[in-house]
Amino acid sequence: MKKSRASIIGGIAAIAATFVVFVIPFLFIILMAFKDKQQSALRDFSWPNGFHLFENLYEVIKTRNWMMITAFINSSLITVVSVTLLIVLAAMVGFVLARRKTKWNGTIEFLILAGLMIPPAVVPTIWLLQGLKLFGTLHGMILIQVAYNLPFSIILYRAFIATIPRELDEAAVIDGARPLDVFFRIILPLLWPVTVTNIVVQSVGIFNDFTNPLYYLPGNQNATVQLTLYNFQSQFSTAYNLLFTNILLITIPPLIVFMFFNRQIVAGMTAGAVKG
Amino acid sequence: MTASAVPALKMQRRSLYPGWFYAPAAVVYSVLFLAPTFASLYFSLTRWTLFDATFIGLDNFAQFFREPFLIQGLVNTVIYAVITSGLKVVIGMMLAVMLTSQIMARGYLRSVIFFPVLVSTIGVGMTFTVLMHPTLGMINQTLAMIGIQGPGWLVDPKLALFSVALVDVWKGVGLATVIYIAGLVAIPKDYYEAARIDGATKLQNFFYVTLPLSRPATATVITLSFIGGLRTFDLIWAMTKGGPGFASDTVASVIYKQYQAGFYGLSTAGNVVLFILIAVLVVPLTMFLNRKQGHE
Repeated sequence: MKKSRASIIGGIAAIAATFVVFVIPFLFIILMAFKDKQQSALRDFSWPNGFHLFENLYEVIKTRNWMMITAFINSSLITVVSVTLLIVLAAMVGFVLARRKTKWNGTIEFLILAGLMIPPAVVPTIWLLQGLKLFGTLHGMILIQVAYNLPFSIILYRAFIATIPRELDEAAVIDGARPLDVFFRIILPLLWPVTVTNIVVQSVGIFNDFTNPLYYLPGNQNATVQLTLYNFQSQFSTAYNLLFTNILLITIPPLIVFMFFNRQIVAGMTAGAVKG
Repeated sequence: MTASAVPALKMQRRSLYPGWFYAPAAVVYSVLFLAPTFASLYFSLTRWTLFDATFIGLDNFAQFFREPFLIQGLVNTVIYAVITSGLKVVIGMMLAVMLTSQIMARGYLRSVIFFPVLVSTIGVGMTFTVLMHPTLGMINQTLAMIGIQGPGWLVDPKLALFSVALVDVWKGVGLATVIYIAGLVAIPKDYYEAARIDGATKLQNFFYVTLPLSRPATATVITLSFIGGLRTFDLIWAMTKGGPGFASDTVASVIYKQYQAGFYGLSTAGNVVLFILIAVLVVPLTMFLNRKQGHE
């Protein structure tokens, strides 16, 4: 296709503008992570005087008794377990909700929308978690993440299940499948594309979550990566190289996810945009 | 069909889609989300120490609307939500139109605009706090090079809330853009064909075809970013902690501050206020956006 001169100039302008606005802040993070303490204190956009990334990394990781390691283990654990539970529970609800029409469907859909809109009541939740002996535990945090993120996952699943023909279920029954097999052996495998979307979108959200661990997961032994970064802010207030090494470190997991699952993330986050 | 076959078929259908499939999700959701939400309605009317609660009627709410800094938090929340969702709609739409046209390096542009959506909000907040430093920050140093004295982005009480809102837009506009792209590519090409035959200009194309037909996408972007803006906490907490003074406090940061200070009843009342604020603003907004859609 032949491109006019105006569109080439426009393209170059767009590339330059997005580079300044969106790329330079990330380059700044990377450059700062390579600097030593003295140079990073200037906080300018300059080439590092030497290669200090590895010593910065070591310094960040061993701060406060290797807290960063604990944090990464905790955050990974919370993310993996709560996303697994979310997938199974949301797919079950989405399946029955899309297939069976009863007088309860309206109520259930209202509750799902309410879950997307209503801000969680934090102090009563803390009070309840204390009563259940779940406050400040990873178990409690996982269940909270499941409860808060269920509505979004259910919506994704329900929309997808509605596109799978109902005749498939009936054919399976005629072929001798037991009811539970229909869901676990036939429907669940067919849901794989939307399951991948769910896994990717929810993992990024839960891994990056700051507010909920701040409220429900106090204490050093329960640190998550976002809380650790927040707490190190005061510790590293004069060591900008370490602060930005820490920021760089927690930006890597989303970057990896982005490189491999770009398409699924966009699909999940734009679901429903066209239908409204 | 015989009389006995009908109930048999019904039985079968019912067990194919068992009602107990709702149960595990319903238990988790009811116990950890619905129960505290209902409990908050009561505890917002009490002076509460977590161990015992004294009923004090609407005192917490009265305090919320009496204390100037709490009222400011309420006003700030609405301003923040309006600014961020407004800018995300306008910029997201512009970027989406650009990215669906024949522009070079589309993959690169789309990636760099979208990537900030996935990055930790705390990390973004801290990075921009450094970049927005009044004298040492890169933004003002760059402005100084071309002879402009940059403002005190986060230290000027008049500006702090807007600066945080700008960072919010920086981080979130990628999501608005991909939603708009999904909406724009779904517009049938016939409309543009018809407009071309009628001799429409590019501008007319945009205002009479693209804009009205991407209304579902606009509705999604506004609803999502407006709710997100009203509930915002982590970015504000990472950048200004509501300061300077109370200049950039929002209801969510007030809730956290009252919780930290041990005013559990007042904090819970803040939660109820935020809930009512969202219900009062978002429900009519979505109804308005969807009603317009019905006319097309």
